[in-house]
Amino acid sequence: MTWDQVVEMLTSPLMQRALLAAVLVGAAAPVVGTFLVQRRMALMGDGIGHVALTGVALGWLVGSWANLVPQDALAVPGAVVAAVVGSVVIELVRERGRTSGDLALALMFYGGIAGGVLLIKVAGGTNANLISYLFGSISTVSTSDLWWTAALAAVVLGVGLGLRTALFAVSHDEEFARASGLPVRVLSMLVATIAALTVTIAMRVVGLLLVSALMIVPVAIAQLYARSFGRTMAVASVTGVAVSVVGLVLTYWQDIPPGATIVVLAILVYAVAAALRPVLRRPQPVRDPHPDMVDDVLLADDDVDELCVDEHGTATTGR
Amino acid sequence: MSTPVVEGPVIEADGVGVTLGGQHILTGVGLTVSAGEVLALLGANGSGKSTLVRALLGVVATSSGSVRLFGAPLGPAAPWSRIGYVPQRLPAAAGVPSTALEVVTSGLLHGRSLRLPHGARRRATDALAEVDLADRVHQRVQDMSGGQQQRVLIARALVRRPDLLVLDEPTSGIDIPTQATFVDTVARLRDAGTTIVVILHELGPFAPLIDRAVVLRHGRVVHDGAPPRPRGDHADELHDHTHAHPDPEPPPTGPSLSVEVGP
Repeated sequence: MTWDQVVEMLTSPLMQRALLAAVLVGAAAPVVGTFLVQRRMALMGDGIGHVALTGVALGWLVGSWANLVPQDALAVPGAVVAAVVGSVVIELVRERGRTSGDLALALMFYGGIAGGVLLIKVAGGTNANLISYLFGSISTVSTSDLWWTAALAAVVLGVGLGLRTALFAVSHDEEFARASGLPVRVLSMLVATIAALTVTIAMRVVGLLLVSALMIVPVAIAQLYARSFGRTMAVASVTGVAVSVVGLVLTYWQDIPPGATIVVLAILVYAVAAALRPVLRRPQPVRDPHPDMVDDVLLADDDVDELCVDEHGTATTGR
Repeated sequence: MSTPVVEGPVIEADGVGVTLGGQHILTGVGLTVSAGEVLALLGANGSGKSTLVRALLGVVATSSGSVRLFGAPLGPAAPWSRIGYVPQRLPAAAGVPSTALEVVTSGLLHGRSLRLPHGARRRATDALAEVDLADRVHQRVQDMSGGQQQRVLIARALVRRPDLLVLDEPTSGIDIPTQATFVDTVARLRDAGTTIVVILHELGPFAPLIDRAVVLRHGRVVHDGAPPRPRGDHADELHDHTHAHPDPEPPPTGPSLSVEVGP
């Protein structure tokens, strides 16, 4: 890769739009993903993605009825509507009874895909038309697509970062959030809605089937090393941008599908990060986790009481 | 937060009923707690203690009756900043690590205040120092012991300086020295005028603090007044050993046996 080639890549309007979209999606998706992992709903993005496919086909169907010129003009709005509705339904089911949550997700998965395939046929399209939505088509991002992506990413980041503590409170301990009078239902719906919006903007970059990977895998990487929620979110977001941009740049020179490349790259980073964790993580000093605790039972060889206290004393000060 | 001079009851519950999954967990529970009182909620497992507390704080929906906190009906208008709740334990660890500071900071949000106030970090650090966790502010709560997690939960409730503190079995599964520190904390809060409702299995170390006890049995209040003496049962010196079934037949008379236990 020479400097000229880099300049050529960066001056290509197509690549500029694709890179911008990758940065926006790469930054926003892991922010939402952190809340989803915290809520133990890592697969929610997948459920929404499958439902969004029905939305794409529905938009297509309405477009063909209305004789719109590009038949898929309403595909993205259709996906947004279906994703938001789907996410709210998943959230309602979760709220009702926690046990049936994964069953509800399963129903959404299959219903979403089957509905999409069925409707696209009714709309006069073919399964081939769905492929670009299923696996992404970042190389065909238009200027208006980019504006949509930017606007929705701004909403997602604004809500996700602006209400971070409130969304953390609800995701971390729902019972306490209710006992604090927080609007738990509204906040839960908000998480579900920004997840749905993220799915629809990430649809162009990695495709509906791989959307969830961009939300979850960077979080999985980040929490290997991060010690706090805030740090996990920040590291995940940076990782998301990095793998999206690198994956996209790779596809500029190699004829490989961008969505799949980005996801495989993210999983490779996870594998390397997990393998190196024992080496890289700061070793924890060996210390008594409860130096202030009084020993509760007397053991036979506890005659050396003073020595024990001394040891604990040095353990606390030496930390 | 300054307490108004003239104030009605802190908690007023009237005819509260809770139905979960078609089962009547609570029926017609009436409870009034006045300011500055320390009330113990007692009862066997499944008697509805935790459910009552959750219903009073709006965690579970009531099927009948009404609840007023500081004179305001349960809902957005209730003065949530004056209420602190300590649940029995942290929810099962989720995948994302969170530090003690983050958990306690989340306790500063309440009602419709969804953004952190100024000085949030300092207030959270102070609350953690109050429960002797000043040196573990940045430790992951998932890595902490049960007793330390319980202290984090207390700090999260205290960080907003509540006038009403509700604790759900704060001493279950906690060793005696840590229990004593909880009792000290509660005693200090009571002396400062905080109203306290505490769910207990047995009065235990809290006994000297309790002004009043409410005993629940099968979802109904069966006692409301001075702390009851626990049933003596077999441990009691004067326990009258009666059985619900007739006494067994005395063994057939035979050669008398005497057993002597040697030293």
